[in-house]
Amino acid sequence: MLLLSCPWCGDRSEEEFVCGGEAHIVRPLAPADLDDRAWGDYVFMRRNPKGVQFERWRHVSGCGRWFNVARSTVSHKILAIYQVGYDRPELPE
Amino acid sequence: MANYSIFSLARNALQRHRNWQLAWRSPTPRLYYDAIIVGGGGHGLATAYYLAKQHGMNNIAVLEKGWIGGGNTGRNTTIVRSNYLNPESAAIYDHALNLWEGLSQELNFNVMFSPRGVINLAHDIGEERELRRRVYANQLAGVDAEWVTPVQLRELCPILNLDPGIRYPILGGTLQRRGGVARHDAVAWGYARAADRLGVEIIQNCEVIGFNIQAGRIEGVKTSQGEIRAPRIGVVAAGHSSVLAAMAGLRLPLECHPLQALVSEPIKPIMPTVVMSNKVHAYMSQSDKGELVIGAGIDGYNSYAQRGSLPVIEETIRAVVELFPITSRLKMMRQWAGIVDICPDASPIISATPVAGLYFNCGWGTGGFKATPGSGQLFAHTLAKGEAHPINAPFALERFYSGALVAEHGAAAVAH
Repeated sequence: MLLLSCPWCGDRSEEEFVCGGEAHIVRPLAPADLDDRAWGDYVFMRRNPKGVQFERWRHVSGCGRWFNVARSTVSHKILAIYQVGYDRPELPE
Repeated sequence: MANYSIFSLARNALQRHRNWQLAWRSPTPRLYYDAIIVGGGGHGLATAYYLAKQHGMNNIAVLEKGWIGGGNTGRNTTIVRSNYLNPESAAIYDHALNLWEGLSQELNFNVMFSPRGVINLAHDIGEERELRRRVYANQLAGVDAEWVTPVQLRELCPILNLDPGIRYPILGGTLQRRGGVARHDAVAWGYARAADRLGVEIIQNCEVIGFNIQAGRIEGVKTSQGEIRAPRIGVVAAGHSSVLAAMAGLRLPLECHPLQALVSEPIKPIMPTVVMSNKVHAYMSQSDKGELVIGAGIDGYNSYAQRGSLPVIEETIRAVVELFPITSRLKMMRQWAGIVDICPDASPIISATPVAGLYFNCGWGTGGFKATPGSGQLFAHTLAKGEAHPINAPFALERFYSGALVAEHGAAAVAH
């Protein structure tokens, strides 16, 4: 069970959150120019890493706001929590 | 190797069971195979068996990083059914169900397939409409399905709580009489033994750590036991499909989640059938040992840890206790999780890839066990012929680019 620290509300149990999946997937800036392959890659294809995943979470039962989390998908350890719109943080080895 | 029969059992009993032969060999890998299957679960072993049996390939190997059947094959709730909504899905799952019915004879190994019926409950008007629609769709597709009322449910499963005053009252359900359960380990062992008898080499403790790809063509695999060459490789790695795809420079539309299950202490027979409920998220059956086998849901975040979180079990147990009040004092003995590879449309992928000679069979998500024989047979066809069988053609990777998805979220039972 995860203890997540919402940037606005502090430490809360995972039951208050929903995970929004992989972060840093940028919506194409010129959608009309995309072919089927590029759309398929954008909409469906995922890294699904075994190890560190950068992902989006939303504090649905609290402030309702989105934020990003770096988390290990093997140990579930939370490695970093940062705000949406920022680059992936440097992680300690 | 001798067939298993009542006579071999009697003969070995008289010899005090000291002379049973090993059910399969443990060879050291050769340097070259005509085809390699990566993943020694039920689907992988079945693929190898049908490649040898129906396509005459006997220089093939199954590489398993742990022990056979130690992944999701040994971690599921063993339910077998084929009542999916779309014609493509009905075809693929019903194909598997047809094979289940003769599987013990086919493999000369008792897989304990028990067609005791599978019930899906409806708890509100919307769900009743959806399930009735699925019954009609199934009937049109030739899949055995019928609607059952609460009165019939009392007969079919007497321990169900049919009180109309509960939080999510039971309005009726669907019944697939040909559905049921099978012994999960026996499926892996039966396919392993039958494949081994046809010359397939099953190599355990052999982890694939990379692919050898030359000019867009697969040449072989790098493993923890050295390099092995093969012109055709089929990856059947369930929760680790994305990891293997990344080794070949590919991305798949998969996300991995832990799916939990638990069993109670063994008790006398109280449950003659399988009951599933999507709405309150619980499904339950009773094993031949007497344990109640309970399926929970997936954790909402990606994970490769074979354990789930407590809130998911709590939710399922709440539902089970309300649906089956007789269970309220039962102790749970064991809880575990398997890593399921979920596709955006809740349908599997049996497909060629952009790398020539490299094929993937994955994305079975929360419901792969039921498809084991069909999946293996169709994937074997795909590998041997180099092109999809008509039944698995709609399940190519290409559908995520063409848009021809096979959406089965309603029928997949585990919400995701």
